[in-house]
Amino acid sequence: MDLMILSSIISIGGLGLLFGAGLAYASRKFAVEVDPKIEEIMDILPGANCGACGYPGCSGYAEAIVKSGADMDISMCSPGGAEVTQKIAGIMGVEAGEAAEKMVAAIRCQGDDEKAPSRFNYQGVADCTSAQLIMGGGKACEYGCLGLGTCVESCPFDAMYMADNGLPVVIEEKCTACGVCVAACPRNIIELIPVSQKIFVGCVSQDKAKAVKKVCKVGCIGCSLCSKPKVTPSGSIEMDGNLPKIVDRKAEDLEMAVEKCPTNSFVVRK
Amino acid sequence: MFKKLSFRGGVHPPEKKELSENKPIEKMPPPSMVIIPVIQHIGAPAEPCVEVGESVKVGQKIAEPKAFVSVPSHASISGTVKSIDKMAHPVGGKVLSIVIEGDGNDDMLPDIKQIPDYMQQSVEEMRDRIKQAGIAGMGGAAFPTHVKLSPPAGKPIDKLILNGAECEPYLTSDARLMLEHPNEIIEGMKIFMKILDCHDAYIGIENNKPEAIRIFQKLAKEAGNNFQVIGLNVKYPQGAEKQLIKAITNRDVPAGGLPMDVGCLVQNVGTAKAVYEAVSSNKPFYERVVSVTGEGIQETKNVLVRVGTTFGELIEFCGGLKDDALKIINGGPMMGIAQFAMDVPVIKGTSGIVVLSEKQSKLPAPQPCIGCARCVDSCPMSLMPNYLAALVEHKRFDDAHKNGVLDCIECGCCSYVCPSKIRHVHLFKFGKLEVNKKLKSAA
Repeated sequence: MDLMILSSIISIGGLGLLFGAGLAYASRKFAVEVDPKIEEIMDILPGANCGACGYPGCSGYAEAIVKSGADMDISMCSPGGAEVTQKIAGIMGVEAGEAAEKMVAAIRCQGDDEKAPSRFNYQGVADCTSAQLIMGGGKACEYGCLGLGTCVESCPFDAMYMADNGLPVVIEEKCTACGVCVAACPRNIIELIPVSQKIFVGCVSQDKAKAVKKVCKVGCIGCSLCSKPKVTPSGSIEMDGNLPKIVDRKAEDLEMAVEKCPTNSFVVRK
Repeated sequence: MFKKLSFRGGVHPPEKKELSENKPIEKMPPPSMVIIPVIQHIGAPAEPCVEVGESVKVGQKIAEPKAFVSVPSHASISGTVKSIDKMAHPVGGKVLSIVIEGDGNDDMLPDIKQIPDYMQQSVEEMRDRIKQAGIAGMGGAAFPTHVKLSPPAGKPIDKLILNGAECEPYLTSDARLMLEHPNEIIEGMKIFMKILDCHDAYIGIENNKPEAIRIFQKLAKEAGNNFQVIGLNVKYPQGAEKQLIKAITNRDVPAGGLPMDVGCLVQNVGTAKAVYEAVSSNKPFYERVVSVTGEGIQETKNVLVRVGTTFGELIEFCGGLKDDALKIINGGPMMGIAQFAMDVPVIKGTSGIVVLSEKQSKLPAPQPCIGCARCVDSCPMSLMPNYLAALVEHKRFDDAHKNGVLDCIECGCCSYVCPSKIRHVHLFKFGKLEVNKKLKSAA
């Protein structure tokens, strides 16, 4: 009995040692030379593989930086932000340059299920881009959010969720402004805005007032009141087609525009 | 005589032809207003060549094509141009459309008259008349007919096939045309044969239209031995171009290829009649036969209607909707597109309007795939819809491309047989769009 236990320990242990030695030899003999800088940068990068930098994943970005000898823009990792850029600059031995301001995703539509009703009962695939193919989607407003959550699904950082009212919500603490949701939205409703911008226009409809009123209670009707000098004397809002555009996001008279807007189309971030 | 010819796959949905197959074609009086979109066909949009306020006559050209794969549009009623604006289109989206308000006189353009010895015209002259008449395939896809009739050198057409299969459930407009205007269809066929220098013609008719088969067999005897009537198995999608070619000639159109790659050309019977009218009397394409049918309509009818008539006015002409009507489809129930408004116009490709009742329109929510592979059995293009649907759902468009998503003809057999009610065709439309986008950006 004892011998049996002993012999199995010896044979299995022996095999283990044999294979271990083989592997150790192979790892030296066939080792692939990797620039250690690539691995150092990989360790710094967030590792979400979101693609915000424009390269296939974090390793692609790290490789590109090392290969280019930091001749390229090394501040493209928006999830990592200024901190990561600083560290990469340190590894590559270059100046980090001025850090860009931190951005956040903003949903430019307030037309939830109640305020902006559907024009037909959509029974197709639960995906906004697919819905867009069927008569332009169920939402009566042709610019508004389709509410099927394609942006939420696309977010690599779990920074979005669908609220009960049928609109997506951005969890700003988690949002890294990687821009994946911006590209995923077939209606181009999501925009990246600076974190310091507290007020934005919550509508992208270029329709005329009558058409907007028919389909949405909170849609911008393009009355241009907010851009008038009596409301915003500093000229912080300009009209861009049928929509206002915030030119000076730090102006104090923006609050006045929010107050005067007859359709409540501005969104004030908390 | 009835050859048992068919293709792989396919389904047998309830035919429902009995609702309207015995209703003779009725002519609808010109409507008070028409909406004529500049895109009613596959290809580049035409450009409006009339001004707001201009008065137009029936048959007058109101939009001019600017590309080869495009067709002009014509006024279908006489009156004044009220507006040129973006309006809802029955295939989806908003399209630049010319709205004409009728004056009730129905003044025809004087050019529309019988041309003596029309068969003596040169091939170029005939092709030009077809182009000027704005004819696009009337089976549903509306591909410009003059383009189909201009095969490149080196691709001779040796078999012309007239498509009288009408495999979509409910629709009966082609069936009525074949019963009431067989001679015009035969004349149109002769024009096709002259243009293509083709000496072998077939007409494929599903066996559920025995009367039409009998009429054409009689005409075939008179026409000589280069014209055959083929009775086809009743199976959907028997009228799809590639499936029809397979059934009649046993030739396989290669993936991504066109019928002319195997020396075939398919034309709808309605297109043949329109071509005859264009070549023999210079008549532009401004009216067509539309089946208005389904359980949700008061009185089912086959109506000769002006292009641009709104669905609302046409349905009103058929006694209006029943109380339980819920779904209005442009085309048949398998491939047609459901509408959400009645102010969209009948266009050149509108072969029917099917109104379904509330009970019929209910579509259960999709469930996960159970891997039964009934969709694989039913696919007439020999694709694997189950696998393709999963690929598209996970946005693996490159893999979907490799597995032939672009070969899908969107016939809907897979969605029809699926016990889990997966929206295959919808997913494939999405997949095709994304693949084409990628191909375009790569080119």
